[in-house]
Amino acid sequence: MTDLPDTAKSAPLPGPLPTTPCSSCCTRIEALSVRFGAVEALHEVNLHFHCGELTLLIGPNGAGKTTLLHALLGEVPYTGRISYWDHSRRLRRPRVGYVPQRLSVDPDTPITVTDLFRISQHSLVPFPQGLMVEEALRPMAAEHLARRRLSALSGGELQRVLLALAMTPLPDILLLDEPVAGVDQAGLLLFYNLVCDLRRTHDLSILLVTHDVENAATHADRVVLLNRTILADGTPAEILTDGDRLRTLGMGWAALTKPLQRDPHA
Amino acid sequence: MLDLWYHAVDFLPGDWTRFIFMKQALLAILLVMPPLSLLGVLVVNHRMAFFSDVIGHSALTGLAIGTLCGLVDPSPAMPAFAALLAVLVSLLKRFTRASTDTVIAVIFALVVSAGVVLLSRGGGFAKYTPFLIGDFLTLAPVQLARLAVVSLLVGLGILMLGKPLILISLSPTLARSRGIPVFAVETGFAVLVAFMVASAVPLIGILIVNSILILPAAAARLCAHNLRSYFLIALVLGLTGGVAGLLLSFYWGTASGATCSLLIAAAYLVVAFGRFRR
Repeated sequence: MTDLPDTAKSAPLPGPLPTTPCSSCCTRIEALSVRFGAVEALHEVNLHFHCGELTLLIGPNGAGKTTLLHALLGEVPYTGRISYWDHSRRLRRPRVGYVPQRLSVDPDTPITVTDLFRISQHSLVPFPQGLMVEEALRPMAAEHLARRRLSALSGGELQRVLLALAMTPLPDILLLDEPVAGVDQAGLLLFYNLVCDLRRTHDLSILLVTHDVENAATHADRVVLLNRTILADGTPAEILTDGDRLRTLGMGWAALTKPLQRDPHA
Repeated sequence: MLDLWYHAVDFLPGDWTRFIFMKQALLAILLVMPPLSLLGVLVVNHRMAFFSDVIGHSALTGLAIGTLCGLVDPSPAMPAFAALLAVLVSLLKRFTRASTDTVIAVIFALVVSAGVVLLSRGGGFAKYTPFLIGDFLTLAPVQLARLAVVSLLVGLGILMLGKPLILISLSPTLARSRGIPVFAVETGFAVLVAFMVASAVPLIGILIVNSILILPAAAARLCAHNLRSYFLIALVLGLTGGVAGLLLSFYWGTASGATCSLLIAAAYLVVAFGRFRR
């Protein structure tokens, strides 16, 4: 698991800092900007999310959604600060679990799901055999996939395996980068239900980047509209049913066509 | 130590065991094939076959530099230069936006032409042709000792970098999220490949060394069903191809490196055809 970059290392912010934690476990992103050469990919992003909250991050292509996840993973340099307070209100580095959109595996590659778990434990001591891998896969309804090749998994199966991997060891923040692209409807609902369960049972902060607004909205607690900076932030009902406002923001496609139905489990 | 090996080989069948140079060559094969075949799996998996080919050819430039510096035995200059080049490629990949393929192709052109220009001054390139096809049969004990050290170091390197590297091949961001220093691992691995390939050049030859690196892994990839069998099959193929190639080259009077490569290529074709039939 990666720690977030040391907050002390990031550039100092102008003006007084609202860094006081809220009453519970949370993550606060303050004045985060990312620059690639002359292009500013993210500008002064401010975001505050609680543990046990599923936040939907939506925006057009090139809006900087993936860049924001990469900043949280410490993969791109940024200015501003990211802070995390745990359940005992201590400021510390969070463990970040990450579910990528896909893996680059060629069709013939002899790498199995068990191999994927083994190579993810980077130590010279061999990972305990099979059993632990299957235990990690079981909550994701994927234990029967342990011996399958990665290249032979369907889109939905691969996403459940990657979710199981991101949950081993247990992270504080879970980042999902368009996890359901290319997954069929049944696989999609199964995946959302699993993610929802994880949020409740482990009190995780989950940040979900997706274009599948229709399905994801029923499970989300928060919706954040991003296009280089935060355009809107609120509950799914507030944000996604206001078609006119979405259209003025250039995101008319995100407007829900049916009335929002909250998932009874969420 | 070496005497013990010579006595042990006497128990093997065949009249080739009468020659000390063959006993040494067998030892050299056993030392050089395992690290090459295992490294090959990682190279194939990380799509670095072109890079390793360039590194093999950069041995020419290393050789030229070693000769210009007046080294009596210029062969250690080859791994040193290759490792330097590996770091350079890694940095270029990171700090330019050019495609990796293009960067490597430009470097290929530079090193090969520079090497040939330097070595051909005064029309003396002919004396370096042994490096093109390699030579297993005129080894000194000190070269064998050096080879043993190289194999051991590369083996350790594979143990340390193998797993993180495979994860990086699958998804660099996922690797990063598991705390793997992606740039350091990739650079370290490039140096490892350069070190091994350039050390094998005097034996196997510039023209053949990349085939010996890639072929066992390419064939193993077709029949392995998980990572362990992938590595294991590549290792077995590399070793059998190496030993059989050496013995055949003795009876046929051919270059050993190329004979090994031809055998492993044949194995690849058999496996590929078998899969095609199924």
